[in-house]
Amino acid sequence: MTKPLTTNLTKPPSPPPYRSLKLRTPHGPLVRVRDPEAVELTGPVFGVTDVTPLDGDLTRQHTGDPIGERITVTGRVRDRQGRPVRGQLVELWQTNAAGRYAHRRDQHPAPLDPNFTGCGRCLTDDDGTYAFTTIRPGAYAWRNHDNAWRPAHLHFSFFGTAFTQRLVTQMYFPGDPLLALDPVLHSVTDEVARARLVAAYDHDLSVPEWSLGYRWDVVLDGPSATLFEDGEAR
Amino acid sequence: MTTPHAPTPSQTIGPFYGHALPAAGGPDIAPLAHPDRITLHGYVYDGAGDPVHDALLEIWQPAPDGSRTGAPGSLRRDPVTGRPAGRDGVTFTGFGRVPTDADGHWAIHTLPPGGAPYLSIALFARGLLNQLYTRAYVRDDPDDALLTTLDPGRRATLLAQAGPHRAYRFDIRLQGEGETVFLEFG
Repeated sequence: MTKPLTTNLTKPPSPPPYRSLKLRTPHGPLVRVRDPEAVELTGPVFGVTDVTPLDGDLTRQHTGDPIGERITVTGRVRDRQGRPVRGQLVELWQTNAAGRYAHRRDQHPAPLDPNFTGCGRCLTDDDGTYAFTTIRPGAYAWRNHDNAWRPAHLHFSFFGTAFTQRLVTQMYFPGDPLLALDPVLHSVTDEVARARLVAAYDHDLSVPEWSLGYRWDVVLDGPSATLFEDGEAR
Repeated sequence: MTTPHAPTPSQTIGPFYGHALPAAGGPDIAPLAHPDRITLHGYVYDGAGDPVHDALLEIWQPAPDGSRTGAPGSLRRDPVTGRPAGRDGVTFTGFGRVPTDADGHWAIHTLPPGGAPYLSIALFARGLLNQLYTRAYVRDDPDDALLTTLDPGRRATLLAQAGPHRAYRFDIRLQGEGETVFLEFG
């Protein structure tokens, strides 16, 4: 018996759902706080004691060089009005080139790299710019569904000027065929919003005979804006 | 469109942040020998009532004098080794970070907030697309702008319970019966 051909060849089916949502997503609605005195409208601050100059280079944290394709990732952190977020902490964590985290619960059968831990941090400069040197992470299998693979990604954590602007997210690489199959990326249901999680290859950022450059700009708002486009959420 | 810059979407923190984000001294917001030190602690439970062993909590709060400026030094790094250096032992930064343990339990040591009866909490975990915001009230306040809007059952989920040794218990239930009140802002 043959199945009817899909009528919309440009729109592949969505990936299976992200399984861990089931028991962890609250059932109740979020309660909106409109109090102008709310503590959450301020936020933590960081300074030079919270980072060292080498923290932004994940390839120089051990005695040897990590295996993999060296990359530089940079971009600007701004608020929705376009103002740079200055002097704030940016944290990065990732797998090694083979797709394994230096975390004991990750037992994906890929080699660990003794010269790569995969954690970095930096402060944004006066322009809101952050920058990291690292190696390109690998894809890895996970157990969300049969033959589930996560595309290569970098985990990022950003602090804004208010606690409400806190953002933890993931950056992806352009052209990765696994992007279309990933339940985590597709947990952002809007295609345009999803595209904002994919970095751009920027040849001008590539350092000759050293590293390939990617640009990824970030706009901080708050959790209510993450799943919807403008106008839908508020 | 009034806002020209579209926000970057949130993604889950995933299960494997433990080698990156928690830091020595992260839960110890109060200066070590401060006489007013309190403990705030609790468990995180999922919709099946099972403890959540891979959650990360971040706490932001005013200083006892009501100041909300915070201070650097919550997540210090040692410039010699590059490893987490812990706090300096005297500075109150207003910010703390603590992962849940294998029991789903977490604890921070801090000072009572001034000018507001609550500590603000952002909760991150595998299976959460966005962080969840909530508040642990260490003092009940009949005039509080948020508490007054909640019915008694829901309101109770935000009240930390005072126990012995200046310890306050604040459990977080992500889903279902007794579900904690989670917040959005704007």
